[in-house]
Amino acid sequence: MANVKRSPWLLHYDGSSCNGCDIEVLASLTPVYDAERFGVINTGDPMQADIFLITGGVNTQNAKTVKQLYDQMPRPKVVVAVGVCACTGGVFKDCYNILGGADTVIPVDIYVPGCAARPQAIIDGIVQAVELFEKRSKEHDEKVRSQKKGSEVA
Amino acid sequence: MNMIVRIILYIVLAPIVGGLLEGIDRKISARMQRRVGPPILQPFYDVKKLFKKQVIIVSRSQTFALIPYLFLMILTGSMFFAGMDILMCFFVMSTAATALYFAAMVTSSPYATIGANRELIQMMSYEPAVLLTCVGFYLAEGTFNVSEIAASGRTDLLFMPGFFVAFVFILTIKMRKSPFDTSTSHHAHQELVKGLTTEMGARNLAIFQVTEWYETVFLMGVVGLYLINSNPMSIIGAIICILVVYFLEILIDNSSARMKWEDMLRITWIFTLFTAGVNLLVLMLIRL
Ligand code: SF4
Repeated sequence: MANVKRSPWLLHYDGSSCNGCDIEVLASLTPVYDAERFGVINTGDPMQADIFLITGGVNTQNAKTVKQLYDQMPRPKVVVAVGVCACTGGVFKDCYNILGGADTVIPVDIYVPGCAARPQAIIDGIVQAVELFEKRSKEHDEKVRSQKKGSEVA
Repeated sequence: MNMIVRIILYIVLAPIVGGLLEGIDRKISARMQRRVGPPILQPFYDVKKLFKKQVIIVSRSQTFALIPYLFLMILTGSMFFAGMDILMCFFVMSTAATALYFAAMVTSSPYATIGANRELIQMMSYEPAVLLTCVGFYLAEGTFNVSEIAASGRTDLLFMPGFFVAFVFILTIKMRKSPFDTSTSHHAHQELVKGLTTEMGARNLAIFQVTEWYETVFLMGVVGLYLINSNPMSIIGAIICILVVYFLEILIDNSSARMKWEDMLRITWIFTLFTAGVNLLVLMLIRL
């Protein structure tokens, strides 16, 4: 896995999480777990990101933001929900302002359970996301190629 | 004929060398932080991916400003390796940097705008030292012409150590290394999102990246020029010197925190004007 030709850049967004999961996400980038050996870079910029990592549930205030961040990311892209909050709403599920998990506003591809999700689980989620990203990239290239061919014929 | 071959070699090899240098940079940085680090070829994977991503256009004029940035930077390096006027090389490089400023400015994103303004301040900080470097070469060799400087019998480093120190100092700014990476950074600092490059995605970011590689190779060429003389063996010395300087930049990058722009401007001006100025006076006295 260490020498694959991939370059997944992460965008980490903190929804209404308790910060427990965020600390674990950052821990997975530290020397102990070192996600950069897979080419993962934690970028803060949706324009440059490939993988959208969301922690915490979606509430009435950040629903718009989450959607906008997702829309700003260029295709191909993958969404990973980290922690039970982002998966389903978790312990905050019944709060008056919580809409639910991240999948209430954007399509989520990979769910990483845990409260808080362990760094090992997060890295596992990222690695799965990278594989999915690879698959989507191939499909995207195919599509672009067929579109180009289509325009040539026309 | 020789000149054209050198220009073609620069245009073809510079992105490869620049990319490899960046890969080594990231690997060494990771090792300094006791991490495994990405593979050395990672920068190439990144650029390849960026070229393939969906293009979301924030502002059409951004690409319009980025293309001159790329071409002017290639022109700078080509002129340098063809052995033309070093003063002219640096002028073209400044023009390229201005194009980058516009590329960030046209998006009117607050992050990119602040990044662009800081880029201008960075230019202001390093420009005196750049000009002094050219003056230093002129005083030491009596010419601005790169091929004549390289072909002369003397090792310039012995005559202009002060200029060399000043130049290495501003390299930190030019290569966007901490503590002077205020406008945009290679690290995951999130203060300004990505500053200058916030609104650049996909292809445009790839162009930016490749231009940076051209720039690195040009700047390293200038470092090499301090050592190269008519003796062919000096090329080995120059390469060793370049590697040492590059390692030093990585070390500084990893051991310092980002600085405020006021401090950057003040420290850079005082330091470079002092070291280069003293050297300048000594050179003038020798000449008298
Ligand atoms: S899953 Fe647990 S640790 Fe993570 S944000 Fe929710 S409550 Fe906090």
